[in-house]
Amino acid sequence: MTPAILPLEVRDLGFSAGGKSLLRGLSFQAAPGRRIVLLGPNGAGKSLTLRLCHGLERPSAGRIVWQGPRAADAKLHQAMVFQRPILLRRSAAANIDYALKVRGVPRGERAPRIEAALAQVGVAALADRPARVLSGGERQLLALARAAALRPEILFLDEPTASLAPAAARRVEQAVAAIHAAGATIVMTTHDLGQARRLADEVLFLHDGNLVEHGSATAFFAAPQSAEARAYMKGELL
Amino acid sequence: MDEIAAAFSAALAMILGGDPELVQIVLLSLRVSLTAVVLAAILGLPVGAALAVFRFPGRRVLVVLLNALMGLPPVVVGLVVYVTLSRSGPLGALGWLFTPLAMILAQTILITPLIAAVARQSMAELWAEYADELRSLGVGPWRTVATLLWDGRFGLLTSVLAGFGRAAAEVGAVIMVGGNIAHVTRTMTTAIALETAKGELALAMGLGILLMGISLVINAGAYLLGEFARAREAGAP
Repeated sequence: MTPAILPLEVRDLGFSAGGKSLLRGLSFQAAPGRRIVLLGPNGAGKSLTLRLCHGLERPSAGRIVWQGPRAADAKLHQAMVFQRPILLRRSAAANIDYALKVRGVPRGERAPRIEAALAQVGVAALADRPARVLSGGERQLLALARAAALRPEILFLDEPTASLAPAAARRVEQAVAAIHAAGATIVMTTHDLGQARRLADEVLFLHDGNLVEHGSATAFFAAPQSAEARAYMKGELL
Repeated sequence: MDEIAAAFSAALAMILGGDPELVQIVLLSLRVSLTAVVLAAILGLPVGAALAVFRFPGRRVLVVLLNALMGLPPVVVGLVVYVTLSRSGPLGALGWLFTPLAMILAQTILITPLIAAVARQSMAELWAEYADELRSLGVGPWRTVATLLWDGRFGLLTSVLAGFGRAAAEVGAVIMVGGNIAHVTRTMTTAIALETAKGELALAMGLGILLMGISLVINAGAYLLGEFARAREAGAP
């Protein structure tokens, strides 16, 4: 599959709000097919980085450059799943149908894609249930199915398992793996180091709005280079 | 005291017997206020949703203005519509003055700001919840407004009912632009005012009872619909 919008290049990204600098000089690349995990304590700027890359916030400095041939409609090739999934007041299937309609998928193609996406994350049985009565784990899986149905080239996940029980978190991880296997590049934040080990190819370690460390997951988990990352891995408060 | 009791039983007899004059007045009132509420909803709901979603210069001023207009005195609306529709006014050629059309126009003007302001409130809450997702999906501005109106439809009902309540209860505007002409522009509220002034308490009381009854039925319906909507979303945060 030739990339449409990837690689993503983030150059000197900065963000301030209310006179406070929340992110400074962040640069990295997201190559097709990679799984990049952002780690760091609360307030490090992880979620903010995802929101900036996805276009939900406007950077105060630096640039976000989609280098693929379809960069002009980069929006159409991305999806994002939030920590607390935002579901519309409709059935599970109708939530996905809405997203597909917005992205201009013709009516005839939507039903099979909805079915496939629900099956891909293992929640086919929920299709007709009202989205807002689902459990926390089911809601997050539905949000993942909705993202999967869009067939994004890059999927942003903001702490997708933060408020879930271990069993639900495992299903979310399996769903993320399935979406990655289907060809999506994954950029996610997490506080779960075990999850980061299982899912990451690359780790970006942020602290206090700075990118402190960036490298392969294997190298990072074997021997973090920075004092901050070492302290974080040991569970110390930063 | 006897007189009042007699008027009260006469009123009940008129209601139960389906007194033609009473029925005509009630039907005209409903026609005017329901038409006004439909028009005001068509105008006010999208405006409310748009004010909740879009950020543009002058938005705050508009919101403050809208909130101020919620309490628009009916007699002021009556005056403005009267002047506009009077023979020498800008819309005098329409010949609407002292017809139900003038009353519908006045009530629409009266309640559109109320419906828009109340709708804005509930739309703003829904938008706060949906904003990230809709922006992530890349939903365009008009579909965003349509989505909020649809998903928030039960909440919007409150604003529409508030509008209907205000329209059905007001007397100042309709009496000025309608003229309270028997069989043509006489509504429940204008008839109550007139009949009471004349000392004809039976018809006034009969209409008063019906007016309260209608308001009760509408509010009970709204309550039940709200319960139904909540039950539909049970378990949701």
